[in-house]
Amino acid sequence: MTTEYKRPLPLPTTDTKPYWEACARHEFIIPRCRSCGKHFFYPRSLCPNCMSTDLEWVKASGRGKVYSFSVVQHPFRPEWKDAVPYVAALVDLEEGPRMSTNIVGCKPEEVKIDMPVEVVFEDLVPGVAVPKFKPSSR
Amino acid sequence: MSIKNKVAIVGIGETKVGKLPGRDPITIQAEAIRLALEDAGLTNKDVDCLLAKGLMDEPEFMQSTHLFEYLGMHPKITSCMDAGGASPCLMAMTAASLINAGLCEVAVCVEGENDATFVRRQEGVGMSRVSEESENVYGFIAAPVSYAMAARRHMHEFGTTGEQLAAIAVAMRKHACLNENATMRTPITIEDVMNSRWIAEPLHLLDCCLVSDGGGAFVVTTAERARNLKKRPVYILGAAAQMTHNRISQSPNPTHPGAWDAAPRVYEMAGVGPKDIDVAEIYDCFTITVLEQLEAYRFCGRGEGGRFVEGGRIELGGELPVNTHGGLLSQAHIDGMLHVVEGVRQVRGEGGARQVPNAEIALVTGNGGILSTHTSLILARG
Repeated sequence: MTTEYKRPLPLPTTDTKPYWEACARHEFIIPRCRSCGKHFFYPRSLCPNCMSTDLEWVKASGRGKVYSFSVVQHPFRPEWKDAVPYVAALVDLEEGPRMSTNIVGCKPEEVKIDMPVEVVFEDLVPGVAVPKFKPSSR
Repeated sequence: MSIKNKVAIVGIGETKVGKLPGRDPITIQAEAIRLALEDAGLTNKDVDCLLAKGLMDEPEFMQSTHLFEYLGMHPKITSCMDAGGASPCLMAMTAASLINAGLCEVAVCVEGENDATFVRRQEGVGMSRVSEESENVYGFIAAPVSYAMAARRHMHEFGTTGEQLAAIAVAMRKHACLNENATMRTPITIEDVMNSRWIAEPLHLLDCCLVSDGGGAFVVTTAERARNLKKRPVYILGAAAQMTHNRISQSPNPTHPGAWDAAPRVYEMAGVGPKDIDVAEIYDCFTITVLEQLEAYRFCGRGEGGRFVEGGRIELGGELPVNTHGGLLSQAHIDGMLHVVEGVRQVRGEGGARQVPNAEIALVTGNGGILSTHTSLILARG
């Protein structure tokens, strides 16, 4: 018996297709601008810093720090009822960009701002994985 | 160049708020406009500019053209604008600029929707929605989750407490109790807020705004024309705006929103400072939103917002009454339109039971998205 995953799945766009394909392989890649050298997230067709279109995908270290977080208690929609409480968070990647994500692998009350975290992939449905973050083992 | 004292708000309209089942948005918008024109002593024939906040729930192609047609108007200019809750002040400054440039003379600005009955019809849950394609997978599916990021960060950086945020909710509720057209009219205490269930920590239910049906509108015209109309004009002394991002992950600093940049500009244009503000209608989607704007508008220092809102300072009778209508937290969520309406009402002296004595200068702010967009006006009695 398979239970249908009813929560939102990633919706790949022309900008994010390579990103989500890498995620499916459990590879964490982020865009980097070859002109100014900055990494950025979310993926775009040009660099949000210098507007260059000379971009590349690079393998990110997967390491970061919690910038802020919230233990979400209220299921805003019925399909989130069995997900609460979950930790929604903003993580600052080692490379610089900040991304929205979840903190997993620990109790919600253990999450702290500035806590070092590392990426871990979660398969939402077969072939579709999203990067989440767990407390760093270091 | 400056719009200062060149334009005035001469009419305001406000529909019943809360739940208006069976009312399509256009009927709500039309009613708000009818009331505002009536208040101004003008008619649909006088209007040569119509600006409308874009509909959120059921967007419609060229909606404002449908609206002016519905109202029997043939304006020179029309547009929908959507900067979220920053739209009403944005519409005011746009109308002011168009009028000042001689491109039109009488502008109506409107917001009206049936978000409460629409949302409930669709989902059975009453919280506003944030739809972002890669944030949704992580459960950032409603505004409270994203605003909680700012609240948690503010607590971390400055030691702001849940009780201090709660004091803001208590003040808004106190004011709503004096407003017959408010949804929540039972007084609450700080303890009530702290005991209300968690939505997205550190935000409790009572730290979060309502979801409402209702609408409001205002009429802007030249200072000259204003002087010949039936009510005391309310001049726009200053306006400012600063946009910073869309999604919370892209905010340059969630505890230092665009308001910090807009505030000095609106004060400079108006030629006033924080001490001159008699009443402040501050966009209050969440308690943290108010706290951060109080700091940004230099009513207190950065990080001191928590202490500033303690002890009734922002309540009627206090040093700086905030949201005398009850705000989004306790009156209704009309996207900040009723903050403009209330600001005008206060400066005219029409506040009734919730009138701030001798209110001459009002600050009105708008905020959209997740502290993403920010606008403000300073209004003065004519």
